[in-house]
Amino acid sequence: MEKRKENEIKNIYQQMVQKKVPQSSLIKDAIFAFVVGGLICDVGQFFMNLFLSFGISKDDVGYYVATVMVFLGAFLTGLGVYDNIGKYAGAGSIVPITGFANSIVSPAMEYKREGYIFGVGSKMFVIAGPILVYGISSSIIVGIIYYLVKVLAR
Amino acid sequence: MMDYIWAFLVGGSICMIAQILMDKTNLTPARILVYFVTAGVILGAIGVYEPLVKLGKAGATVPLPGFGYSLAKGAIREVEKYGLIGAFTGGVKATSAGIAAAVFFGYIMALLFNPKTKN
Repeated sequence: MEKRKENEIKNIYQQMVQKKVPQSSLIKDAIFAFVVGGLICDVGQFFMNLFLSFGISKDDVGYYVATVMVFLGAFLTGLGVYDNIGKYAGAGSIVPITGFANSIVSPAMEYKREGYIFGVGSKMFVIAGPILVYGISSSIIVGIIYYLVKVLAR
Repeated sequence: MMDYIWAFLVGGSICMIAQILMDKTNLTPARILVYFVTAGVILGAIGVYEPLVKLGKAGATVPLPGFGYSLAKGAIREVEKYGLIGAFTGGVKATSAGIAAAVFFGYIMALLFNPKTKN
């Protein structure tokens, strides 16, 4: 009798927990990331088309788009807007290059009180540093392998 | 108009993959970014990323794997032109605008603005 009552209470408790705990938000997160990430890329596409219409060559247009997008990401982070987008967008605001700029400005602002050299100057690279280390290093390895393949294939 | 639709779909999909990885594996955003750049380098090197760039344009170049793709493409292009030293010059040259802009604007914005108080 006691046991049954205990189980009953456990059951009720579990039902209450299930109601309170938010449902697995994976699908919602994924949709937000998709939409926001897609929109940020459309902003990039807008600038790409704009610069192409100015007569900038297809080879060079990437430089312009990267510069403008990095500027926007850094500026909106400074204004505090980008982190508000990030609350909903998750990876949608992290993965575009604007998120790379965000990852530089956020810690740099945060650590300003530690000075301009070891605060701003070094904390800028807390996240950007590893990205550059792994990205650049792996591209050098790719270049070396490509060179070796070319030499051996001769 | 098709440009915008494909950029949206390709860019959105790349971000969605990152989000699913973040939710499912508890990888931190910083780790995801490192993996995505490196993945971009490898996919760029073996020629898998190129079709995505042709299709999605900014949708493939604006996300971080596009940064890796540019690094790999630059390294290969400069090896073709200058030999082995191109492996060292090519990647950074191809991404110089993004890197320099990130350092410069990042520094300026950090000087101009202060962190917002979190509610």
